[in-house]
Amino acid sequence: MSATKTSTPKPSTSKPAPSHKHGASTSKVKFGDRWAAYLAHHKLTAADSLRRLFVTPIASGMTWLVLAIALALPMTLYVAMDNIKQLSGSWQQTSQISVFLRTGIKDSQGQAVMAQIQSWPQISDTRYISADDALKQFSNSAGLSDVLASLSSNPLPAVISVVPNLTGADADMLAQLQQRLSELPNVESVQLDMQWVQRLYQFMELGQRVVWALGALLALAVLLIIGNTIRLAIENRRDEIRVVKLVGGTDAFVRRPFLYTGIWYGLGGGLLAWVLLAVGLFWLTAPVEQLISLYGSDFQLKGLGFGNSLMLLSSAVLLGWLGAWVAVGRHIKSIEP
Amino acid sequence: MSAIRFDNVSKNYGAHHALNEVTFELAKGEMAFLTGHSGAGKSTLLKLIMHMEKASHGQVFVNEQNLSRIKPAQVPFLRRQIGVVFQNHQLLFDRSVFENVALPLRIAGYDSRELARRVRAALDKVGLLKAEQKNPIELSGGEQQRVGIARAVVNKPSLILADEPTGNLDPKLSAEIMSLLEQFNSVGVSVLIASHDLALIRRLKHRVIGLEGGRLIGERPAQVS
Repeated sequence: MSATKTSTPKPSTSKPAPSHKHGASTSKVKFGDRWAAYLAHHKLTAADSLRRLFVTPIASGMTWLVLAIALALPMTLYVAMDNIKQLSGSWQQTSQISVFLRTGIKDSQGQAVMAQIQSWPQISDTRYISADDALKQFSNSAGLSDVLASLSSNPLPAVISVVPNLTGADADMLAQLQQRLSELPNVESVQLDMQWVQRLYQFMELGQRVVWALGALLALAVLLIIGNTIRLAIENRRDEIRVVKLVGGTDAFVRRPFLYTGIWYGLGGGLLAWVLLAVGLFWLTAPVEQLISLYGSDFQLKGLGFGNSLMLLSSAVLLGWLGAWVAVGRHIKSIEP
Repeated sequence: MSAIRFDNVSKNYGAHHALNEVTFELAKGEMAFLTGHSGAGKSTLLKLIMHMEKASHGQVFVNEQNLSRIKPAQVPFLRRQIGVVFQNHQLLFDRSVFENVALPLRIAGYDSRELARRVRAALDKVGLLKAEQKNPIELSGGEQQRVGIARAVVNKPSLILADEPTGNLDPKLSAEIMSLLEQFNSVGVSVLIASHDLALIRRLKHRVIGLEGGRLIGERPAQVS
């Protein structure tokens, strides 16, 4: 048994040593150092991985751009869907049911019907429009006052405008409500333009699925792009991996720089995708607002927002890391000293 | 206590017997040469010690650890006990001499101050302290080999393996490298050197283990000069 220059017992490097009596105290003190060194090595590796990307700026830039395009496409659709939802939300509030009362009934009878409807739980608001008011509104808005004035009697019925507590998605409930309203006394007919509500929702449902499918496909594309790029990086550093393994590098140590490379690719692609989207939205804002103003809506084009930006960046980073993990797992095993 | 123990070890590559029933022991603190023609099995023997290859039969012990029972996750920690000097030195040309030598310490998780201290001590030992910021490609063959030795010893391994460490060097540089390895041995490190440089081996008085066709062909014990 012979000692090296230091007093460190040799086997302590081989196995975790806390079982050694005198080793326990030293390893306890060293744990903090070790942790600090571990973090320092992470920092060093992260910085080195980033530096390596900038050594080949054109190649890295192209990869970032490809990733950005793959990320920006589903994100664009997502933002578009978000805007359509917002737009349809504003329509929702006007999706009211018109309950036409029989002509010739008194206002008090009509009010009674309204009071009854108002008491139902699925009704959020009701408004009574008497036959006279209806005629006034109609003549004002339609510019047909001359024609209407020539009529001897008021052809319009009184109407109760009902705003249900339901969304357009509850098509069955709406149909039930319509049925119930039409069975009330003094009600002539109930009009609910349900079909467009249903169509819109089906269209949105379809759109959402297209976004998800496209998103999944393009996420896969991002994974493959990063995986392939990392594979090349691994090939380029084959010698280094062999030497690291020879001098006792664990798999985690070998993996680390490549995982950081994947994260940097993901983050760069995500940032670039964000810029692409922001520029595109900026470019679209003016024409969209002009178009919308023609319809007299107060709709505003919604940008990415903080939450969605964060989602874009974090999913990009996650995909980068995951792609790198898959590539490293597959290829590092094949490089043995 | 032995640094290396081979117990009836064979290694086959298909039908080719690279090593055939080899049994020997290197005591802790001992220095020995492993000789034989190329293809005699020297490299295979070193690879078995590093667990780069697994024995087909028999058992290999390093610091009394049985390598036939070692788990893959333990292999890196086995290798951290062994400093290896390669004939082609295996330096990385994308980083400085300092970083090349620092690699085993970074892997073992040393903090930067202790790391720098140890790297400089190792470089000082091989006489290359002034070259720490150079790229190894700027150095001569002998200097590169010394960087390789610094890297092998920087983590204070209990065992040094050297595979033809003087293979490409002239006799004067070879003697320098050997005397470096002897210095490490003199402070208690076990050293096993694979070499076919018979002239050099004859001059140094260490134990010699001969291999031929994968078999041990006798030994020359250490000579007291």
